[in-house]
Amino acid sequence: MSGPRDPGTTPDALHDAAVRLACAELVEILTDYLEGALPAHDAAVIEAHLALCPGCAAYLAQMRATIRVLGHVPVETLSPEATSTLLAAFRERGPG
Amino acid sequence: MPVADPDLVERLRGGDEQAFAEVVRLWSPAMLRVARAHVRTHASAEEVVQDAWLAVLRGLDGFAARASLKTWIFTVLVNTARRRGRAEAGRVLELERPGVDPRRFRGDDDEYPGHWRDEAAPVEWGPEPEVLAAEFRGLLGRALAELPDRQRAVVELRDVHGFDAEEVCTLLDLTPANQRVLLHRARTRLRGLLEEAIA
Repeated sequence: MSGPRDPGTTPDALHDAAVRLACAELVEILTDYLEGALPAHDAAVIEAHLALCPGCAAYLAQMRATIRVLGHVPVETLSPEATSTLLAAFRERGPG
Repeated sequence: MPVADPDLVERLRGGDEQAFAEVVRLWSPAMLRVARAHVRTHASAEEVVQDAWLAVLRGLDGFAARASLKTWIFTVLVNTARRRGRAEAGRVLELERPGVDPRRFRGDDDEYPGHWRDEAAPVEWGPEPEVLAAEFRGLLGRALAELPDRQRAVVELRDVHGFDAEEVCTLLDLTPANQRVLLHRARTRLRGLLEEAIA
């Protein structure tokens, strides 16, 4: 079941808001949430929705996994030519 | 940065080539990324980084260490990159597709409009085995190269090089809101690629 589960019997406003929050919208504001850029109430609605919706919870876990992998990707660096130009300039400069 | 700053500055002033080679190796990838967000070509970005390092060498003796060495170097870099960027002028802003395929969500006629369709909902990937992690790294490395320049700059500086949001705004001349939009688009795209690769 990927939609929200049984909304339950307590007419709790936060819960209702969490059920109403569309997954399509959640994935669009997820970065704002992770960046701490949302008002506290909106963040609470997201957290309540995540607790109800396995699809969105998995999406968030995948996003976190993606960020984790990014921490280890190989990066592009200066060409060897540019690097040797800089080292030559450094040698030429000599001790200050 | 594990190297103690005052120490490092002294070593550079003293002509310690190994120390210089080390900071060039450590900081140039992030510098390239910043430069590339201001100018049009990779070649141009390389020149900007090179010019920035040369300016740093010229300024080293006068560097008063009020800011950290890294902050100062990146400030020199951004100024060099902005100057070059203005000279090239007219960078194009990239337009965007939606991050997640809209067909994965239920229609407006559904009881839960906009919620995941059962068959299209994301599923947990589970713990990443080492083999997969290596494959993911290669895949993301290639995918980064295909992102629009500013998205690439933001996500690499944040998630690969570990700069914080405020630093990235300063380095790339972005408002906080724009920084988040670019980060969001980039991360969303990259997550989607990994998801496709796993499926």
